[in-house]
Amino acid sequence: MTFWERNQLRLAPFLFLAPAILIFFIYVIYPIFDSIWVSFHEWNGMDKEGTRGNGNPNWRWVGLNNYITLFTDDEEFYVSLFNNVRWLIFSLLAIPIGLMLALFVNQKILGMRYIKSLFYFPFVINAVVIGVIFTWFYNPKYGALAYVLGFFGLDPVPFLADENLATYGIIIASFFPGIAYTMILYITGLTGVSREMIEAGRIDGASGFTMLWNVVLPQLKPATLIAIVVTIVGALRSFDLIAVMTAGGPWGSSEVLAYKMYQESLFNYRMGYGAAIATILFLIMDIYIAWFLYRLFKNERSEK
Amino acid sequence: MKKLITLIVLFASTVVSAGTLVVNSNQSGESSKAAFDAYVDAFRAAHPEVTVVVNEFEHEAYKTAIRNFLTAEAPDVAIWFAGNRMKFFVDQNLFQDVSDVWADAGLNDSMASTKGSLTVDGKQYGVPWGYYQWGVYYRKDLFDNLGLNVPKDWEEFKWVCAMLKKNGITPITIGTKYLWTAGGWFDYLNLRINGYQFHMDLTAGKVSYEDPRLDATFAAWRELIDPGYFLEDHASFSWQDAQAPQINGEAAMYLIGNFYVPTLESAGVVDKMDFFQFPTIVEGIGVAEDAPTDTMHIPSGAKNVEDAKKFLAFMSNKEAATNWATMGGMLSPNKYADKPTNRFSVMGAEMLAAADDIAQFWDRDANPDMAGAAMEGFQEFMVKPDREAKIRARLEKERERIHGPL
Repeated sequence: MTFWERNQLRLAPFLFLAPAILIFFIYVIYPIFDSIWVSFHEWNGMDKEGTRGNGNPNWRWVGLNNYITLFTDDEEFYVSLFNNVRWLIFSLLAIPIGLMLALFVNQKILGMRYIKSLFYFPFVINAVVIGVIFTWFYNPKYGALAYVLGFFGLDPVPFLADENLATYGIIIASFFPGIAYTMILYITGLTGVSREMIEAGRIDGASGFTMLWNVVLPQLKPATLIAIVVTIVGALRSFDLIAVMTAGGPWGSSEVLAYKMYQESLFNYRMGYGAAIATILFLIMDIYIAWFLYRLFKNERSEK
Repeated sequence: MKKLITLIVLFASTVVSAGTLVVNSNQSGESSKAAFDAYVDAFRAAHPEVTVVVNEFEHEAYKTAIRNFLTAEAPDVAIWFAGNRMKFFVDQNLFQDVSDVWADAGLNDSMASTKGSLTVDGKQYGVPWGYYQWGVYYRKDLFDNLGLNVPKDWEEFKWVCAMLKKNGITPITIGTKYLWTAGGWFDYLNLRINGYQFHMDLTAGKVSYEDPRLDATFAAWRELIDPGYFLEDHASFSWQDAQAPQINGEAAMYLIGNFYVPTLESAGVVDKMDFFQFPTIVEGIGVAEDAPTDTMHIPSGAKNVEDAKKFLAFMSNKEAATNWATMGGMLSPNKYADKPTNRFSVMGAEMLAAADDIAQFWDRDANPDMAGAAMEGFQEFMVKPDREAKIRARLEKERERIHGPL
């Protein structure tokens, strides 16, 4: 027997996995470490051997300087970090709203299928389109919101031009696809809810909110878990809506870490600084994912 | 998607054999593309031995793509901008010295007016193909209704604003969402108050943002901000959004570049519009104007330098130069080109010919890093003028980080 014939069964899985692993290393693992390496340098993104107009080299080791500047000398960094926190907290609101909608459309009424698909529609629209639609909606001069407020005799609220409101304005826009997504998760979850349990609950006298809270929700736990993870990861990566709706403004007040990273590295030619922001964002996500996996494993073990 | 297109384009340019001329272009707008195509076709007709391959990029995506292709897979000719934007690549040794093209094709004579913006240390690193004026585009019908005349100086300008405001018309429309429109206002106020040289020193990072001479610039700006002469909530509007109030007749004036004219034409209000030069503020200060210049360069990594130089030198062809500029709504830097016929271009050409100095524009004269931070500060100042001291301190800190201590 040749080597191949003897070890075929043992080697085959690795060979099948190899292309995916190779690509994963080239496009995910390597860039992570490369970014961390770049974050210890001052680099304008040009030829590493060359020099700048002022005589300094393009690529220079600066140790932890980028991180020190970020934490001690950059107000915008804290603005972005705080905005990320706001995104994290407020975008979670999409989950209960999605659940409510799912319960609402989960009825057997004529034409409900079409209503369902209408509610789902925002999720299939590109984020850029949603951003543009909401920018028009918020337009304090000609937007729909201004008309509605005007109808009640109120002044238009310039959501996207106000440093305190801009981030909330964008988060509300992110609900549009976010709610649709959680709704779909819950609709699929609801099909799995056991009828026996609901009937048993009814016999025990549960109805309305008690029924939802004690009987239905526990059975929707897997859907809730996925909804939370997807929403939080989405909140941390929020970028496209910000770029379209405010471009980080007014005066940087709606920037988040991902947007600031893009701004610093691509427009301000500060690759090292941008990489430092990316590294911090990576660490934040890491902590969250580690906590999440820990919870997941713990739950599974206790269920066994 | 844009990146994908860029990649495909880069691949495409690698397989092109030697002897062909690869040109990377950012002329993606409808009229500017037609104008550039006309130039390329004229060049092909004059030089049938050269095969021209044009890689077209979307205008905004080009600004980030150029850094990749200049280092990785340089074309033979790249379209770009004069001033600091060009100097950045000259400092990186990514653009070639083309002084010989200037000398051989007689550009030193025909392009004299824009030569300075393409010169670094006495050498020319590119050839201009078009430029355009900035100024105040205003609703003549609204002015006439109220019996207002074109303001010649600052007092008149403020009076016009006050009269418009009193009659329920927004005096000045502006959309600062993408910041640069605020840069235009700072440019003009500072050029009219402190003059060209000071302004250039500031963009070069040689002057502090807390310099007392800038007090007057910000004070003049406040004279328009405090009475509410600018369009309300301008931070939520792009420059295109800000056109609507003027086209609807709700706003009277717009400080913007001549690229605004095609919109006025398609909106059908061009007959109600007119143009005036930004008024004098301090008597005796030389008149400087913003006139951004668009250019062509030969990257250092170009493979077909010989034909690339022919392509640049072809700008000395009067007819080709005329067509490219006028079809794209620009003025030709070639002084032998036919005079423009569009009345806004005619006014612009006269104004720029009489100007003492020409600036490129805030975000083309200043270092990109500094320009962005400063324009953010200008936007904040236009909404929260009380934060002036804080904003200027922040900009000075940024200037020091980029340009070093004074």
